[in-house]
Amino acid sequence: MLPSQYTRRREFLTGCRDELPILLGVAPFGMIYGLLALSAGLSHGTAQAMSSVVFAGSAQFIAAQLIRDASPAGVIVLTVLVVNLRHALYSASMAPHLRALRPGWKAGLSYLLTDEAYAVAITRYLRDAGRSEVSPYRHWYVFGAGITLWAAWQWSTAVGIFVGARVPASWSLDFTLALTFIALVVPALKDRAGVAAALSAGALALAAHRLPYKLGLPLAAVAGVVVGLALSGRQPAARREGAK
Amino acid sequence: MIAGSYWPALVAAGLVTYLTRLSFIALLGRFELPPLAARALRFVPPAVLSAIVLPELVLRSGELDLGWHNARLLAGAVAALVAWRTRNVLLTIAIGMAALWGLQAVLGR
Repeated sequence: MLPSQYTRRREFLTGCRDELPILLGVAPFGMIYGLLALSAGLSHGTAQAMSSVVFAGSAQFIAAQLIRDASPAGVIVLTVLVVNLRHALYSASMAPHLRALRPGWKAGLSYLLTDEAYAVAITRYLRDAGRSEVSPYRHWYVFGAGITLWAAWQWSTAVGIFVGARVPASWSLDFTLALTFIALVVPALKDRAGVAAALSAGALALAAHRLPYKLGLPLAAVAGVVVGLALSGRQPAARREGAK
Repeated sequence: MIAGSYWPALVAAGLVTYLTRLSFIALLGRFELPPLAARALRFVPPAVLSAIVLPELVLRSGELDLGWHNARLLAGAVAALVAWRTRNVLLTIAIGMAALWGLQAVLGR
């Protein structure tokens, strides 16, 4: 392909287009978040603002629930940090591709680096990996994918808030939070270490639910991760011994 | 309004989220995530999510409730089954809510 065929505009629009199929899954989520944030007691403005200030689905769900339970600020921030640590992985994986960009681009694209934008962006870079010549405007592609997701997230949050304000509390829509987490946690239980992490964290959260400041949650989460690590560390070692 | 006092927490939560996203991009990929940390990240979702979900399902006003009249526990079990069989988030939410409404109607809450 000739270099002249690469343009900023074209990269941007291709990024937008490649993000579209993912929106089908994201939009209902944003609506559920909007519904749930209201039933957790957040004001319309706070619920909407969280979608651009935090801009991370599962962390927003959790923060809404912690606010409902009147948790202290420190526990909210700590829990959001733990839940969002995976973004450091995305950052590490994108870093080599964005190395040559100006600081302003790096700062902007980092803000847009959600699960869904990362998935689309990294797929593009991996697709290009074998090529001798690549577009010099690929960051516009990443921008297009990221901003499309951002816009969809803001709109779907707004729709959720609009609908949520008209749904009576007797519908128990707060239960969608537990259901969302069930749907997310079950596929994560791929092996014994994952199951053990979930079970030990769940059991400890129950045992520690009377602890002040909602400290039971971060405590249980860290304990679950340690249990998972300990078990996963031993598995390959045991296999190696068995092979001898 | 309870949410007003939560502004500093939400801004801080947004900031830590942004900084994790920026971290390695800003450091120009000069160093990598330690392998132990990368391995630990895999266990964050199951640990955090079940630490939130389990108390949601089995605690009723702070007391353990494992009985048959606990509609949330039963609906949660139905949802887990759907999640396990289909891996479909929206279907899990839809059937879970339907199960909760059905059970609440039958059990009279």
